[in-house]
Amino acid sequence: METPEEIRDRVLARLPGAAVAVVANPGPAAQHSLLLGPADARAVAAFLRDDPSLRLDYCSNVTGVDWPDKEVVETTKVSTPDPAGGPPRVTEAKTRRIQPGCLEVVYHLYSMALKHGPVVLRLRTANRSDQVELPSLTPVWRSCEFQEREVFDLFGVVFSGHPDLRRILMWDGFADHPMRRDYVEPDDYEWEPTPHGDVLAKATRHRAAAPAGPGATEARP
Amino acid sequence: MTEPAPPSPPVTDDERAELRRHGILLTSIEELYNWGRSNSVWPLQFGLACCAIEMIAASMARFDIARFGSEVFRPSPRQADLLIVSGTVTKKMAPQVVRLWNQMPEPKYCFAMGACAISGGPFKQGYNVLKGIDRYIPVDIYIPGCPPRPEALLHALITLQEKIRGQSLSGRAAPRFLQPDAACAYPVPEFGAHDLEPPRNPEVWQPPATARKEGA
Amino acid sequence: MSAPDAAPLASPAGPVVRSVHDEFHGDLLEVSMGPHHPSTHGVFRMVVTLDGETITKLKPVFGYLHRNHEKIGENTSYLGSMPYTDRLDYLCSMTNNWAYALAVERLSGQAVPERAEYLRIILAELTRLLNHTCLAGFLLQDSGASGTPLMYAFRERERILDLFEALSGSRMMCNYQRFGGCRADAPPGWLAAAGALADGYGAFLDEFEELLTGNEIVMARTQGVGRLPAALAVDAGITGPMLRAAGVDYDLRKVDGYGLYPRFAFRVPLGAHGDTYDRYMVRVLEMRESIKILQEALRQIPAGPVMDPRARLRGFRPKPGEVYSRIEGPKGEIGFFLISDGGPNPYRYRVRPPSFVNLTILEDLCLGHTVADAVVILGSVDIVLGEVDR
Repeated sequence: METPEEIRDRVLARLPGAAVAVVANPGPAAQHSLLLGPADARAVAAFLRDDPSLRLDYCSNVTGVDWPDKEVVETTKVSTPDPAGGPPRVTEAKTRRIQPGCLEVVYHLYSMALKHGPVVLRLRTANRSDQVELPSLTPVWRSCEFQEREVFDLFGVVFSGHPDLRRILMWDGFADHPMRRDYVEPDDYEWEPTPHGDVLAKATRHRAAAPAGPGATEARP
Repeated sequence: MTEPAPPSPPVTDDERAELRRHGILLTSIEELYNWGRSNSVWPLQFGLACCAIEMIAASMARFDIARFGSEVFRPSPRQADLLIVSGTVTKKMAPQVVRLWNQMPEPKYCFAMGACAISGGPFKQGYNVLKGIDRYIPVDIYIPGCPPRPEALLHALITLQEKIRGQSLSGRAAPRFLQPDAACAYPVPEFGAHDLEPPRNPEVWQPPATARKEGA
Repeated sequence: MSAPDAAPLASPAGPVVRSVHDEFHGDLLEVSMGPHHPSTHGVFRMVVTLDGETITKLKPVFGYLHRNHEKIGENTSYLGSMPYTDRLDYLCSMTNNWAYALAVERLSGQAVPERAEYLRIILAELTRLLNHTCLAGFLLQDSGASGTPLMYAFRERERILDLFEALSGSRMMCNYQRFGGCRADAPPGWLAAAGALADGYGAFLDEFEELLTGNEIVMARTQGVGRLPAALAVDAGITGPMLRAAGVDYDLRKVDGYGLYPRFAFRVPLGAHGDTYDRYMVRVLEMRESIKILQEALRQIPAGPVMDPRARLRGFRPKPGEVYSRIEGPKGEIGFFLISDGGPNPYRYRVRPPSFVNLTILEDLCLGHTVADAVVILGSVDIVLGEVDR
């Protein structure tokens, strides 16, 4: 089967101007992936499905990944020359910026006709808060239908063009997206006599008001 | 909760055995009533997760729950006596479990089979996992295990039978449905935006009081 | 075409029955089959819209067993997630373990000794026998043969569970595979017992088939019911016996050739019609092929260690990277997608469940059939809710 670079070149030859980039995958598994831009993702997907030498007709797995905002500290060294003629003074300036996170959807494609694979596609949203739309690949591979619903349910990615985008695992009135890294669970099990570790951290976070003092029993209604 | 000890029966067990050998059965209404209830406990065909497979195995030929009186697993709650909550109760499923419990007519019993039904089990850190079915309905027997062996379920059934035989028709040892102030139907929780509402039934389950020191 | 307009019928059980008005058919009935129902597949709900007895629309609803396995996977070490994989498809814990161990081994580049590979194949094929036998039992239980085929199936299952218990300590939740091999070697006599079971299984299958395969009730209820066209099966990502019953030759043991499967000669049965009877027959034929693989593996298994001596269990931190790895479980392709960031816990831990994806076309299969057929079709899809909901 072709390497991801070859696939990218053929996609660009067929659909010039499409946003396709190869993302290297470190580690022994070496499953490199193609990062697609949302605008022409569906056209690229259809090409991958219909191309006679690829025939990627089977989308096996759709995964959502949450990459939270990261604080990036950049250190710049500024060297100012010494007016007295000595060695220049080097000062370090640290700039902090927030690199916005994103929600990523990873598709694993195989070919049942030609029995090869996988080809890995990635789509990323612009940010995690308000621009969370991505094109749905369900019109290309029907196997994405339930899996994209699950990514919507647990991560909050809105798939445009999905035939039936509703929650699939949680109930319809549920308001959160639980698989996100910043999801806080409801406080419903910290009834341990000696909370410690993660349980204590969660209990401390959820506790509304501190009790009166040591030995006071906290009776919750 | 101390009660005066029951009066010693006027007829001893040896004398009753002797009478039985002559074809005369001497018993009390209470004993007959408990015998009937304990030897024909029909479970509801209700399995949630992995423990359900061990429950099915307990009803199969090797372990055979039928010889204890649980001949059939009834699909309809109206015809069942025993709710074996086998498997993880999720918050999405909890209202249905409580509804089924309400639909079962008295006398009814409940097993919490497996670690998940007792307290949430290995999935305790779950946003969708109810940390034990005893938050909403009263449980008679807790069966630990993940999953408990079918023999453990049979042991629980035997223990339930002993519990039923120890009940009396009046007084504090009477079963729930013969006590005038006990609840009949349990409120069904609703789906909230983040959790079930209410997250627990305070009449059934109170969290153990914990001493949380300031800053601890 | 139809729109819900009437208020749900008031019932203490809540709005489970609803009347739906349709311009062409008049009043249709919307019934919720589940999440508690006599069919033994777990807490699964189908909201069916009925015109008389015929299904006009069917929407599956699940999530009633969603135990956030993937979130727990992010907060647990790699090895700590192994017992949780037992509880995914809780009938087939050995193959779930293998799929996860294979994924982590690919992520970290570990090798597995030969004896462990043979043991894994033996256990996977025993699990396949167990799963397909129980499926036949459950399918017939749902069709109304209440109890008897299931009793026969569970009798054989108990024999296989005895083997699992002797090997791993637990009947169902085996937690047996490790990254780099298996946890413990087979005790003395285990291989002989497994051989005896494999040799005797053919006779059991003959007995089972004599009662069921040519049975006119089974044929009347399953032939022509729930036809799955091959093109739809490929598009919808169906895998496993359901795909092969539709006629598509795609068995991961042959396609990917993971483990030592290329050393074994076995056939892949394919169906011609894609209906429920074909799905049942494909599973029966697969069981016969599994017996062949089992007997061959038990003959060929070499002596040696069952664990890679360089494998580290404590402090296991694979290098950053990601992998998607899959095996042919009894229900279909079970895959694990892992992203490692160099820490002791995976950054993202995802299970690709075969039953979840196989349910995509449940509505397509059931349209136009009756409610009784829907139960039989669902039985032949072979779902386990622990896997569907994770």
